[in-house]
Amino acid sequence: MEEMLLWVFRGSDRDSGRYFEYRVPVEEGMVVLDALHWIQANVAADLAVRWNCKAAKCGSCGAEVNGRPSLLCKTRLSDFPAGEAITVEPMRTFPLVRDLVTDVSWNYRVNARIAPFSPPAEAPEEAWRWQQEDIERVQEFRRCIECFLCQDVCHVLRNHETEHEFAGPRYLVRVAGLEMHPMDQGDRLAYLRTEAGAGYCNITKCCTEVCPEHIKITDNAIIPLKERVADRYYDPLQVAWRKLRRRPDAGQAPPPTGQRE
Amino acid sequence: MTAVETHPHDVLVVGAGGAGLRAAIEAAAAGASVGLVCKSLLGKAHTVMAEGGIAAALAHVAGDDKWQVHFRDTLVGGKLLNDPRMAEIHAKEAPDRVRELERWGAVFDRTRDGRILQRPFGGHTHPRLAHVGDRTGLEMIRTLQDRAVTAGVTVHMECTITRLLTDAGRVIGAFGYWRADGRPVVFPAASVVLATGGIGRAYEITSNSWEYSGDGHALAYMAGAELIDMEFVQFHPTGMVWPPGVRGLLVTEAVRGEGGILRNSQGERFMWKYLPDDRRAEYAETDEEADRWVEALTEGRQTDARRPPELSTRDNVARAIYTEVREGRGTRHGGVFLDISHLPAARVRQKLPSMYEQFRELADVDITQTPMEVGPTMHYMMGGVRVDAETCATTTPGLFAAGEVAGGMHGANRLGGNSLSDLLVFGQRAGAAAAAAAEVRPPGRDVPQAQVGQATAELEEPFDVASVEDPNRIHEDLKATMQALVGIFRTAADLDAALSRIEELRVRSRNARAEGPRSFNAGWDLVFEVRNMLLVSEAIARAALARTESRGAHSRLDHPTAEGIWEGRRIVVSPAGPTMRIETTPVAPLPDELRALVAQG
Repeated sequence: MEEMLLWVFRGSDRDSGRYFEYRVPVEEGMVVLDALHWIQANVAADLAVRWNCKAAKCGSCGAEVNGRPSLLCKTRLSDFPAGEAITVEPMRTFPLVRDLVTDVSWNYRVNARIAPFSPPAEAPEEAWRWQQEDIERVQEFRRCIECFLCQDVCHVLRNHETEHEFAGPRYLVRVAGLEMHPMDQGDRLAYLRTEAGAGYCNITKCCTEVCPEHIKITDNAIIPLKERVADRYYDPLQVAWRKLRRRPDAGQAPPPTGQRE
Repeated sequence: MTAVETHPHDVLVVGAGGAGLRAAIEAAAAGASVGLVCKSLLGKAHTVMAEGGIAAALAHVAGDDKWQVHFRDTLVGGKLLNDPRMAEIHAKEAPDRVRELERWGAVFDRTRDGRILQRPFGGHTHPRLAHVGDRTGLEMIRTLQDRAVTAGVTVHMECTITRLLTDAGRVIGAFGYWRADGRPVVFPAASVVLATGGIGRAYEITSNSWEYSGDGHALAYMAGAELIDMEFVQFHPTGMVWPPGVRGLLVTEAVRGEGGILRNSQGERFMWKYLPDDRRAEYAETDEEADRWVEALTEGRQTDARRPPELSTRDNVARAIYTEVREGRGTRHGGVFLDISHLPAARVRQKLPSMYEQFRELADVDITQTPMEVGPTMHYMMGGVRVDAETCATTTPGLFAAGEVAGGMHGANRLGGNSLSDLLVFGQRAGAAAAAAAEVRPPGRDVPQAQVGQATAELEEPFDVASVEDPNRIHEDLKATMQALVGIFRTAADLDAALSRIEELRVRSRNARAEGPRSFNAGWDLVFEVRNMLLVSEAIARAALARTESRGAHSRLDHPTAEGIWEGRRIVVSPAGPTMRIETTPVAPLPDELRALVAQG
């Protein structure tokens, strides 16, 4: 049977951890996650890797394969040249827990700060009727499986390029999905400008490239949000109008609620 | 002993899929302090994989749909073994639960007049499944997840529960460990809601994820609760069969709902042969009529054409495919063909985006051009913890169950789409009842030290030098046993053989070993999961042996027909010391007005 060579990062510390070499028998159609499962079942039962659905639907198994942020369940062994080792490493942006598992809890904390869906308290039934074409953009954003690969690849987060908080592509997509929802009345522009740090994105589109759901993160979510922020805060006419009406900041996001451990 | 980390709650929900999240939201809304424990990260539970839709008689597409028809379809599909009150509550409340999701931010596909679109599915008289392409579960879980976080539910992620804590037969909390570092943790609670899903990992070919090791079934049983209907295991007719790496992966029923045709290797549309005589009138008579039905569906208009034969119930389609393959009319890889390539490619990509992606990425197949190869895959557990229809209370005080882990709702066979609605309807009820119970009887302050000590010792045992059995081998042997001997077709001899193998495996599992650090140690996790899988597998095999007839998803080659003496009787599995007690009990009788509804079909 054909074999494939995998170098898998193992350890609980980026500096002292090292790459273990595993020879894995290959069947047709195998993905990297299958190879790791074979290692768990036959060589190293304690190998740490997150996974759930093995169908690219849950977004649990994000890692870096030959340096590229990838879903392990969707990356086929046959995509790599035979005879060359495949390197599997944990996502680099998040603190390492062990082997291929990182601490992604920061993402959940960011999420909890976003003002939730806010429809009007009273709206006629008719208002809840929308045409399919009117919701397709929102549905695109809601395809996100929260694999955090976009967060992992984003250089602002990866290289800690800002001392301020930057919510990252995933949460800009979530905000876009709320802001563009036909019934949402929340206003998250102040949040985007300050806490979410939308301005830090400089549109390199790396996030769009790694998205397994093919969401056009930069073009369809981030750029329109940046435009909305610019229109409100930097358009001279809008600024003058606000001064006239003495409303220095019209866009106060509702205070975030909820807690999480 | 050093004090174990402790998090008290009024209500503790175990499992964060659709049922667990919905229960947590409801309990929090009632003012309870709620803890939600899940083995994985939040938002990754098995619900996320649900594809086709949520069944609810909204009547947006077929104006004459109503709860009574949904109720009747559910009972017919379940071969009248459903708990009638559960099926009634489910059919009546599902529409409100779907509308509520929309009010919480879910964005369903739309009808032409702008309402929630509904698609046809097997066994449903009318197009009934509210959906978002073929990723309905993702939409549902994300909506509920955001709602739960806003509602103030405390989420304990990546935590495995290994024991329920009891006091004089009442559940008073749960014990588990953090997967990140292996530390033990105790959750004292006035009410515990189990929402842990199913048992797919006991089978070789399954559409289920790693979390599905029957934890809730086993926890409930070990705490003294009764299980029912355990012989009814749903094999979804269409899982991927090739390549081997993806074997068992689900191919949504929505493919057939949108007009997909099943053919054997000779090109024959074989489902015509397998329609049960008493239901034949509900289906098209010719290819031409089936085509007209698909055409009308695609164009979003009503038709007098009846639905295609591929939309028979899952038990029937799974048996048909299995039989075609066994009799030599299968594909090269042991499946049959499922073809949707006759529809316009753009429509396939719009309505079945994740199927398109799944086959393109994992099998190099473009489903808009080429048929898929599919075969049965273990998908769902109809059986589960016995619950009260109104409150989801189990037979053990303080313990509630909702969703797949609970039994009774689906009888002998579940209709597609009735699972997501089940999660919402009974998740809501379980959450409300658990919160109400906690108000009457707040959580105790004393942690039962002896039980916690024993449970902590259990965590350590696999690292003892005396433990030598590899849990992976035990798991492999169990999967092979269940797949070969407790599958779609069963015999007394096979089931007897399965039971003795399970007994051998149980003996081995007592010495299951783990090594290495505690952090995300898959082998260590497996030690406890295998224990649960063995217990639930035994319950399945014993119940299957006891039911000497064929009904719904339970097919006995040595008892090939439904028998009068089994009509309306269900099997109850309960602990009797170290052995499993098997008894039968009548299903609650149908009230006259509901009986009349069923008779109309």
